[in-house]
Amino acid sequence: MRAGLRAALAVYAKDVRIEARTRETLGATLAFAFVAAFIFTFAFDPSPRTLAAVGPGIVWVAYIFTAMLGMNRTFLLEVERGTLDGLRLAPAPPEAIYFGKFFGLLTLLIVTEALLAPAFLVLYGLSLLNVWFAAVAAAATVGVAAVGTLLSAIAAHARAREALLPLLFIPLSLPLLIGAVSGTAAALDGEGWSGAGRWLQLILAFDAALIVVSSWAFAFVLEE
Amino acid sequence: MTANSTSNTISPARPSARPPARPGTGAWRQWLLLAAGALVLIDLYLIFQYAPTERVMGVVQRLFYFHVPVILTSFLSFVLAAVASLVHLARRSRAWDSVAYASTEVGVVFFTTAILTGAVWARPVWGVWWVWDANGTLTFALWLIFIGCLMTRAYAPDAERGGRWAAVVAVIGAATVPFLYMAADWWSGLHPERVTGPGAQGSLEREMLITLLFSFAAFIVLFVALVAERAALRRDEDAVEELRRAAA
Repeated sequence: MRAGLRAALAVYAKDVRIEARTRETLGATLAFAFVAAFIFTFAFDPSPRTLAAVGPGIVWVAYIFTAMLGMNRTFLLEVERGTLDGLRLAPAPPEAIYFGKFFGLLTLLIVTEALLAPAFLVLYGLSLLNVWFAAVAAAATVGVAAVGTLLSAIAAHARAREALLPLLFIPLSLPLLIGAVSGTAAALDGEGWSGAGRWLQLILAFDAALIVVSSWAFAFVLEE
Repeated sequence: MTANSTSNTISPARPSARPPARPGTGAWRQWLLLAAGALVLIDLYLIFQYAPTERVMGVVQRLFYFHVPVILTSFLSFVLAAVASLVHLARRSRAWDSVAYASTEVGVVFFTTAILTGAVWARPVWGVWWVWDANGTLTFALWLIFIGCLMTRAYAPDAERGGRWAAVVAVIGAATVPFLYMAADWWSGLHPERVTGPGAQGSLEREMLITLLFSFAAFIVLFVALVAERAALRRDEDAVEELRRAAA
């Protein structure tokens, strides 16, 4: 258990260090996120009434597409540079590698989402400075990272991975997407515990189940 | 390829380990297919001749005898695929992998049929092609997950890894089902547009009930026959692949 924790921390620290030195993935996801958020300006007439209806949807479509870009790269570097074999050979249980990668992806997504949030204020006047929104977003992002880490390990080895990852990720994360959009709408409407809280519970239950199943299934994906 | 996964296929060193032709072993599958064909023909008679025409919806209501059994069979195919995937992951058995594969492939056909018959029925009755209630959302998501499983196999570097990854996707998919159903149910509860429809039709006439139950039996037998046939074909494909590799 302690050795596994240490291994997970080592994998996490490695990923953070790579990112801190190259800033490749964060740069790519942030640039993509801004474009994704910006394109909605032209998709509809941005009047306050329309925005109240579609605002949460805009936020989460931008977040989900950005997340897919980020998770695409989670295992890509490892496969391209052959370092995944090193991880396989490392004296660490597969779950430890899963959790190291999971926290790496989670950190990337949380940072991207936080940096993107002001863009919604500037472009659409949506203020996301809201405790309930933060809770819903954090919980949903945990689920996105849990499913995404597993699927990116599958997609990294596959041909046509850019097509395969969204096809697998969108239906499997649909409960999160529905919960996050509805929870965000409730949070922005000022419905705290009775509105956003209900969705938050659903998202947290999903997170718990999917972290358990994904970390268990990861061994079958990692295996050569 | 692990040593484990090749244990129940032809060994390249001893081609005689499994006789190439075993007459008689697949006979039950042919009888099952014949039975399925006969049942479907009788079912067609019941649906179009025996069952009375529904008073409000008219002839289009006869889609009910296709749509409901097909959708339940689709869900059955998902359960079978998930269970076979789980057993395949636990035991690394080619036989269970071929069941998972066959169930997925036949399941895609059933899900597609369910979605199409649902749309054709919903249009005249509800005025829309598709309703995003809990069942509609779940059906659509499972259909996508099944297509994802097939694509995972197609894009995997080899069949063994493809089978393993598709099994992982199916198991993860099964884990999301309760959450998806709940989320879609709450979410569609926010948009209460639907008041009537096929779900709100009260009790069935006796002839209608008999037709429906017979239809259930016919489609389930058809599903089992198709899965058995496809799984056997899959095992033959595996055997051919092994021979080809041994010859190369």
